[in-house]
Amino acid sequence: MARARTPTPAPARSARTDARAGGAGHQAPGRRRRPVRRRRPGRLRRIGLPYLLLLPALLFELLVHLVPMVVGVFISFKSLTQLYLTQWLHTPWAGLGNYRVVVDFNGAIGQALLHSFVVTCAFTAIAVGLSWLLGCAAAILAQDSFRGRGLLRAIFLTPYALPAYTSVITWAFMFQYNNGLINYVLHNELGITSSPTFWLLGDNSFIALVTVSVWRNWPFAFLVVMAGLQSIPREFYEAAAIDGAGVWQKIRLITMPSLRPVNQVLVLVLFLWTFNDFTTPYVLFGNGAPPPADVISIHIYNASFLTWNFGEGSAMSVLLLLFLLVISGGYLLFTSRRRDA
Amino acid sequence: MRRPSTIAILATSVIAAAAVAGCSSSASTSASGNASAGAGTTITYWASDQGSSIADDYTVLNPELAKFTRQTGIKVKLEVIGWADLLNRITAATTSGQGPDVVNIGNTWSASLQATGALLPWSSQNFSAIGGESKFVSSAVGSTGAAGKPPAAVPLYSVAYALYYNKALFQQAGIAGPPATWADLIADGKKLTHGSVYGLALEAGSIPENIHNAFIFAQQHGCSFFSPSGAPTYTLPGCVAGVQQFVNLMGTDKIVSPGDAEYDQNQSITDFADGKAGMLMWQAAGANLKAHGMATSQYGIAPVPVQSGVPGQGTNVDSMVAGINIAIFKNTHNLTASEKFVQFMTSPAEQTILSKEYGSIPPVSAAQQNPAFNTPELSVLKNVLATSAVAMPQVAGESQFEQLVGTAVKNLFADAVSGPVSTQTVEQQLASAQSQTTG
Amino acid sequence: MLRPAGRAAARRGPMAPPRSFIWTRRVVLTALTIFALVPVYVMVSSSLKPLQDVSGTFRWIPSPITFSSYIQMWQTVPLAQYFVNSLIVCTCAAALSVLVATFAAYAVSRYRFRGRRVFTLVVLSTQMFPGILFLLPLFLIFVSIGNVTGFQLLGSRTGLVITYLTFSLPFSIWLLVSYFDSIPRDLDEAAWVDGCGPLRALFRVVIPAAIPGIVTVAIYAFMTAWGEVLFASVMTNDTTRTLAVGLRDYSTQNDVYWNQIMAASIVVSIPVVVGFLLMQRFLVAGLTAGAVK
Repeated sequence: MARARTPTPAPARSARTDARAGGAGHQAPGRRRRPVRRRRPGRLRRIGLPYLLLLPALLFELLVHLVPMVVGVFISFKSLTQLYLTQWLHTPWAGLGNYRVVVDFNGAIGQALLHSFVVTCAFTAIAVGLSWLLGCAAAILAQDSFRGRGLLRAIFLTPYALPAYTSVITWAFMFQYNNGLINYVLHNELGITSSPTFWLLGDNSFIALVTVSVWRNWPFAFLVVMAGLQSIPREFYEAAAIDGAGVWQKIRLITMPSLRPVNQVLVLVLFLWTFNDFTTPYVLFGNGAPPPADVISIHIYNASFLTWNFGEGSAMSVLLLLFLLVISGGYLLFTSRRRDA
Repeated sequence: MRRPSTIAILATSVIAAAAVAGCSSSASTSASGNASAGAGTTITYWASDQGSSIADDYTVLNPELAKFTRQTGIKVKLEVIGWADLLNRITAATTSGQGPDVVNIGNTWSASLQATGALLPWSSQNFSAIGGESKFVSSAVGSTGAAGKPPAAVPLYSVAYALYYNKALFQQAGIAGPPATWADLIADGKKLTHGSVYGLALEAGSIPENIHNAFIFAQQHGCSFFSPSGAPTYTLPGCVAGVQQFVNLMGTDKIVSPGDAEYDQNQSITDFADGKAGMLMWQAAGANLKAHGMATSQYGIAPVPVQSGVPGQGTNVDSMVAGINIAIFKNTHNLTASEKFVQFMTSPAEQTILSKEYGSIPPVSAAQQNPAFNTPELSVLKNVLATSAVAMPQVAGESQFEQLVGTAVKNLFADAVSGPVSTQTVEQQLASAQSQTTG
Repeated sequence: MLRPAGRAAARRGPMAPPRSFIWTRRVVLTALTIFALVPVYVMVSSSLKPLQDVSGTFRWIPSPITFSSYIQMWQTVPLAQYFVNSLIVCTCAAALSVLVATFAAYAVSRYRFRGRRVFTLVVLSTQMFPGILFLLPLFLIFVSIGNVTGFQLLGSRTGLVITYLTFSLPFSIWLLVSYFDSIPRDLDEAAWVDGCGPLRALFRVVIPAAIPGIVTVAIYAFMTAWGEVLFASVMTNDTTRTLAVGLRDYSTQNDVYWNQIMAASIVVSIPVVVGFLLMQRFLVAGLTAGAVK
């Protein structure tokens, strides 16, 4: 393949190519240009192309995500309860009333929200950390080919392939007090605990929630990191081996830095999804999660859908959105600075 | 190449959309509605899951709907919706104005849905179109909406709570008959509890079960959670005492297995059917128990106990009025056809057929006389409904009440697994629930 | 940086990993295998038990073993129909999502245009809003579209496809941007020199180099749609209902048919797992290596 070089006026080729090229885009000398060297086939195409490429994505996002979100934010300023559902456009204006109730940490609602928020932060930090760690470790350890690697990959991806409802229900079975596998193994077989423990109630419910979340999410981290590993050229490893680097050093000095772009996206996205994960706690605990595991997604569901108070639920969601925006913005700033450095 | 490819994508999407839209069915109400006599119209009916499976519901309902079409010429488009989704779909239909003509609702939802204004109020004019309000049993009508307003729905199937007891276990423990008061029940429960067998199975992780039971216990202590004007009064002494008594069946009396605090998928029925519990309080569990392999000869049925005396009204109620109502959406295009359908569904003949299939009691007095409803189980339920059942609070905030207090009771059971629950703890939980009510 | 090589290492060759690595690998991968498979075992064994045994006393090996749930599950719930619906919806959503995301990611990765940063942040912010709050507004939008244009998006598979492809767009775009970023611009320019326009370069050069990323995104988009319950429950009717919602119908008024739920889940997951296995070869290295020489 031809080596990369600054485009120079293209040699004469067939007329078709020339026409398509639109006048071999050579650069006028002396013109200050952005570092990206690019031909300029035509002014209109040049300006229009990225926007056109973005257009489908933008349209779908507007329709399904953005407009509903704006409506959601709009609702947070109104007192939308069941009384006004049929004429939701005419709901009385509540101004910041919903927000005041929700943020009043002396009141019951605000206090419950704060508690739920703290629980969710702890849950997300631990679950994402573990998911990422396991996924990364498995992907790196399974990178070299060894006997059974294909099978192992399929096994690791199986939790991801199973329907979420069934997976979480199965874990609920396993965590049961009376006939669950976990208690059976810990109590009856291994004798570690003197009496069966509750996993779906009380303080241990947090551990149960983290376990199920990690079980469901780490295969995804595995998948993404595994794909990311493919784009690291083998020459890097070979060069390092020649320099005498051992396996652990290779991982530390080549693999991890090369994975940084992928990892950054992965961690941020895992964070956002885990923070907002509704299915796992809902199917694990049903309606009404135990307080130690009352994460924000079901808390908002209980506080809005089940009590017909959509105005408050929206206010809570907007606050959640603002919090996550701040965190993500900070994260992106931090990581892009590191990248430029 | 660039422009065409973007256009190609958009065009493909539109064409694909048209194609799929063309060959997929829509959920909207029918188009051909003229508001007159109705023959030839099609109405949409959302039924709830009452049978042993959703497929089973179609098997039961389709012949009846065909019968209706033969009688009136009105076609009914049926969709059976599971309980997990029914309320969400109704909410979406309410908000968008696009939904079915006729829908089943849980009767405890009546007041909340009434407050949305989406359901057709059953004025005396509308009632006369289906045969009059008097054809229904009065306790069932009591659970159709707030007092002082026309009902938002009419009763379709009725059930009540009863106490089921395992005859063999009772005999082994030397207990002569079912308990009539709570003191008796606790004594019997203690006799039954040994090893891994417990006296009473409770679905203590389920919010609906908790709220129904808590409500009855509170009623028996003279408290109804709401003041006459509809304001929440969760922390009145009667309510606190009632909830505490209920929760301490596990905490103090220890006749309920601690594992029951997790139950919310009908595990208590399984425990009862497997002989791991001697007693069970449930709404019309007969069909369920049969599915679990328990013959009717193996268990007996009695009214749920009261504090003292015999079941009756006031503080001697022992069940809430449970059941399903049927409602018409106010914005239906086919009012006459829908009313005809409701009349059909609440006719004595249909009521008998359907309630027999579903194991419920027909709320239509004429149908209740049918000998099919004199089985031991259904006689008890009939009696309870007629004499000692009370409707859940018929206020707009009823859903909120169920959610908040039900969760509070669930949390109290989580405390009860480790021992008695103090009055203070109960008060705290109920106070917290009350302060979270809004509107 | 030099590692003292022992005799064993010399036997294994200069590039072979050391003992410590091999043992770590064995231990970690075995532990993860157990962690991943125990619930799967519980599912399989529950599907082979009669209903009473599933919620009864725990046993490692089911006895008696019965296949009745595999037979009954097709009748209790119209499983085959739900399965077909899910396949159609998820495949279309995944294919369209990949297409749209690829174009968008190419634009973001290769061009510095005004609004680039805003677009990225806006798309990312959609991941921060809890799904339930989208539900009613989206429902209303679909209803309005239906009223205005006559396209009934509600209750149709199209509406669901549109919803799902958008749900997976943000992450897809993000991942593809980072993939495309790691593909050197030299590749593009080589293609330009050979006479390709930017779009040709995309299809001829960039996409083939990013196949692992694209396959990952396709898998992700498919699985996102495959498991989504909330929106499907409100936007489908009984003919278009998907599997994720349909599985919950095994939990009925009278009973919860656990064994059938497990059996149904296993059966419908087999094609998905097979798909994963087939896709594996696209996740293999080598497509980018040597491209820039």
